[in-house]
Amino acid sequence: MTPPESATLIDETTAELTTVDKKALIKEVLEVYPDKAKKKREKHLNVYEEGKSDCGVKSNIKSVPGSMTTRGCAYAGSKGVVWGPIKDMIHISHGPVGCGYYSWSGRRNYYIGTTGIDTFGTMQFTSDFQERDIVFGGDKKLAKLITELEELFPLNRGVSIQSECPIGLIGDDIEAVAKKSAKEIGKTVVPVRCEGFRGVSQSLGHHIANDAVRDWVFPQYDKAKKAGEVPSGTPYDVAIIGDYNIGGDAWSSRILLEEIGLRVVAQWSGDGTLHEMINTPSVKLNLVHCYRSMNYISRHMEEAYGIPWLEYNFFGPTKIAESLREIAAKFDETIQANAEKVIAKYEAQTQAVIDKYRPRLEGKTVALMVGGLRPRHVVPAFYDLGMKLIGTGYEFGHNDDYKRTTHYVENGTLIYDDVSAYEFEQFVKELKPDLIASGIKEKYVFQKMALPFRQMHSWDYSGPYHGYDGFAIFARDMDLALNSPTWSLIGTPWKKAER
Amino acid sequence: MAQNDINKIKDHAELFHQDEYQELFAAKKAFEGGHSPEEIDRIAEWTKTWDYREKNFAREALTVNPAKACQPLGAILAAVGFESTLPFVHGSQGCVAYFRSHFTRHFKEPFSAVSSSMTEDAAVFGGQNNLIDGLANSYSLYNPKMIAVCTTCMAEVIGDDLQAFINNAKAVGSVPQEFPVPYAHTPSFVGSHITGYDNMMKGILSNLTNGKKAETTNGKINFIPGFETYIGNLREVKRIANLMGVDYTLLADNSEYLDSPNTGEYNMYPGGTPLEAAADSINAESTIAFQAYSTLKTREYIEKDWKQTTSVVRPVGIRGTDEFLIKLSALTGKPIPQELEDERGRAVDALTDSQAWLHGKRIAMYGDPDLVIGLTQFLLEIGAEPVHIVVSNSNEVFESELRTLLDSSPFGQGATIHGGRDLWHLRSLLFTEPVDLLIGNSYGKYLWRDTQTPLVRIGYPIFDRHHLHRYATYGYQGTINLLNWIVNTLLDELDRNTIIPAKTDISYDLIR
Repeated sequence: MTPPESATLIDETTAELTTVDKKALIKEVLEVYPDKAKKKREKHLNVYEEGKSDCGVKSNIKSVPGSMTTRGCAYAGSKGVVWGPIKDMIHISHGPVGCGYYSWSGRRNYYIGTTGIDTFGTMQFTSDFQERDIVFGGDKKLAKLITELEELFPLNRGVSIQSECPIGLIGDDIEAVAKKSAKEIGKTVVPVRCEGFRGVSQSLGHHIANDAVRDWVFPQYDKAKKAGEVPSGTPYDVAIIGDYNIGGDAWSSRILLEEIGLRVVAQWSGDGTLHEMINTPSVKLNLVHCYRSMNYISRHMEEAYGIPWLEYNFFGPTKIAESLREIAAKFDETIQANAEKVIAKYEAQTQAVIDKYRPRLEGKTVALMVGGLRPRHVVPAFYDLGMKLIGTGYEFGHNDDYKRTTHYVENGTLIYDDVSAYEFEQFVKELKPDLIASGIKEKYVFQKMALPFRQMHSWDYSGPYHGYDGFAIFARDMDLALNSPTWSLIGTPWKKAER
Repeated sequence: MAQNDINKIKDHAELFHQDEYQELFAAKKAFEGGHSPEEIDRIAEWTKTWDYREKNFAREALTVNPAKACQPLGAILAAVGFESTLPFVHGSQGCVAYFRSHFTRHFKEPFSAVSSSMTEDAAVFGGQNNLIDGLANSYSLYNPKMIAVCTTCMAEVIGDDLQAFINNAKAVGSVPQEFPVPYAHTPSFVGSHITGYDNMMKGILSNLTNGKKAETTNGKINFIPGFETYIGNLREVKRIANLMGVDYTLLADNSEYLDSPNTGEYNMYPGGTPLEAAADSINAESTIAFQAYSTLKTREYIEKDWKQTTSVVRPVGIRGTDEFLIKLSALTGKPIPQELEDERGRAVDALTDSQAWLHGKRIAMYGDPDLVIGLTQFLLEIGAEPVHIVVSNSNEVFESELRTLLDSSPFGQGATIHGGRDLWHLRSLLFTEPVDLLIGNSYGKYLWRDTQTPLVRIGYPIFDRHHLHRYATYGYQGTINLLNWIVNTLLDELDRNTIIPAKTDISYDLIR
């Protein structure tokens, strides 16, 4: 359960700004804020100092109003992240039409299935609240809606009710509806209280979604177990927890786990099914990729079912090999030997990638600002390509994330928590990274500044980036962003000549 | 190993077609608890039937794949058309993240907007403090000339009073007293994004023009685009007005904001209608809106409060553009220049060149009310036959206007307007009564996949094709663009359907 050891690969002397410079920069950037906001924001910005146990920033605190945070909401964390990818359930965006509309097919959680028949991932189901629903409540509409779903989509395995803001404000009893509807249709119906105003970011939505699994899905496992209906597993049964299969990430991870001889019983939740979820308490080990969004259910399974969990990192060959060995160490010698074989098997493929791309990327600097696990987890993949990290931050990280980050970053790395658009722009202007790796809202701001950019949420419509197969794509993509000839076209030759 | 060629690295589009992954997919099924392929096929076939269609159309509570968004999205699109204006959305913060992502994915441009980040405590006590702090912070950080405030449904449900909050914020010095902070209540459980556009436009205009009424007119014509996502349309309207020598104010002009030049320097507020020009719009000769249903309240306000005449013209297709030019000429006394007559001639020439491929083609389409009316104008002109028209954010006045338009042409007789319906309804329509072509936004690609109906992407959002929003659909030039997209999609489809050697390729013609 301990985070992986630090990888100290950067030669400190190459850093242009010292820690003192960077602290001064933070101070300068904060000057523009009104006092109240400045006091709040200064706790979220710092420079990592070697040997400290965390990054020296506060986190998981309310965003400053008007600051232009990149954060989303609890609904985004539940429907968009945790529940949405469960492919054989229908996830109702319960409330007005917008939330479900904006999050419709936005995340590229790949899955195999016939959409609209046995899988429903890239669809938008909503109760499309009107004024009368706000005034009179939406419970009746919800119950009717579930009946209609069942008639039109009979192969669904269950329903989740993803609450939008008004639900909790108008006092609807979606739990009662869920219980009644579950009886009526004979399927799982999960009410999720992920109204967008709850908590300070999407992070609470992850937690609420995890709790909903605990309360509304796992009882089915318990019941089956009592009745002796849980199929006997193997000593090699594991679940992938916290991989949303963006661009196919979970698949390029699963292939490695299967190759070392493990039996992946469930994927949470990319390309996952309700059945996989229900059966997860039967596994021997939970393998956790995105700690932030699914540590809660992993801890629960540890407490309730005695299942240990292990964080791993499948970004870049260094961490993949390390993780495969750590995972294998939890099993017998056969698995351990297999892990070595798999690592050796992919060595040529990986070396070819590094031989081709490292010379093109060596020494290039990166500033990261993402969510979930990525502000730390992808760093070693950049290192594998000879690149350097100069700043990183989480949209919605907690203190445990910043503690784990210390194992990944160099002394003097700029750390920004819940960074505002203003701060990020100022930091980038000063630090002048060669590449920014962040989200869609940031992408074109920096591209207008002639800075190469890759989206690190959606893999910029590419991927997968996990696993050995994913690393090749990651390397290719960083190269095509950094070495695109288009950047050199920015600015007219006549104006350039004037300078 | 799947990545077996360093010179041809396979991403998801090819990687997962490799044997290793195909085996993985097959093996994973053992854990999924899925249905048998026969059962899936049986249900899939059933969804194509009239029986399913009837059940589908009997839905009362459930909406599946709607073609509409919520109010604040439209509100902030209106706001960014004004000079250095920062949209401020009062309520939960996730909404703003969604709006910004949505516009950014469509326009591939930065889109700035802030939230007052209300959480549980604001749900209990109201969001006034969030608004007060939010205005002060965004004013300091982003240096706008105007902050345009709208609401999320959270703020609406708890009944936050924007006018009082903004006054109080000014009283405590969040922003200077004279700093413009127009606002609009934009509940997402009323109307759709086009309603929000209307509310915000009215809010901004009533704020900026307050006390600006002069004795005489400024001789200008106001143009209001409505929820317009074709930057080319704004440029085309301006070009036409310039060609005619018409002095105009575009309310509001977000064409630079949503299509700004890459100079290597980021400007948060490119272009936009100057606030002074917007304030003076109250003194214009007349106002022309290019959309009716996203400007209802704004036009009512202009007529009543400004005592200014308003009209709606949709410059789509030949006659739509004719109407616009005639209107503009009538209002200003300026003649229609030869250059535009030549453009008209070229566009008509293009239509006659392609008419044989379009005549009698059965069309399904969906989108916002005004978009659909514009497209219908065009389709009827070229002899294509609208069949299924789905408008999720419909209203009765619109439906009767569209019906009248359809009834005016022999090519409109077979059309049915499906107001308030969604894309899952449209799926049933396409299976039971197939058509030759579907017109809609990117979400239409799922209907294309399921029903094999070729798709022309026109509307919002368009996420999966690049640069279409830079083109015009308005004017004679825009007519040629529409024609180009439609006829060449049909011809591409014809090639796709005749491409099998020795079987269908007898019709794989070189000349069409």
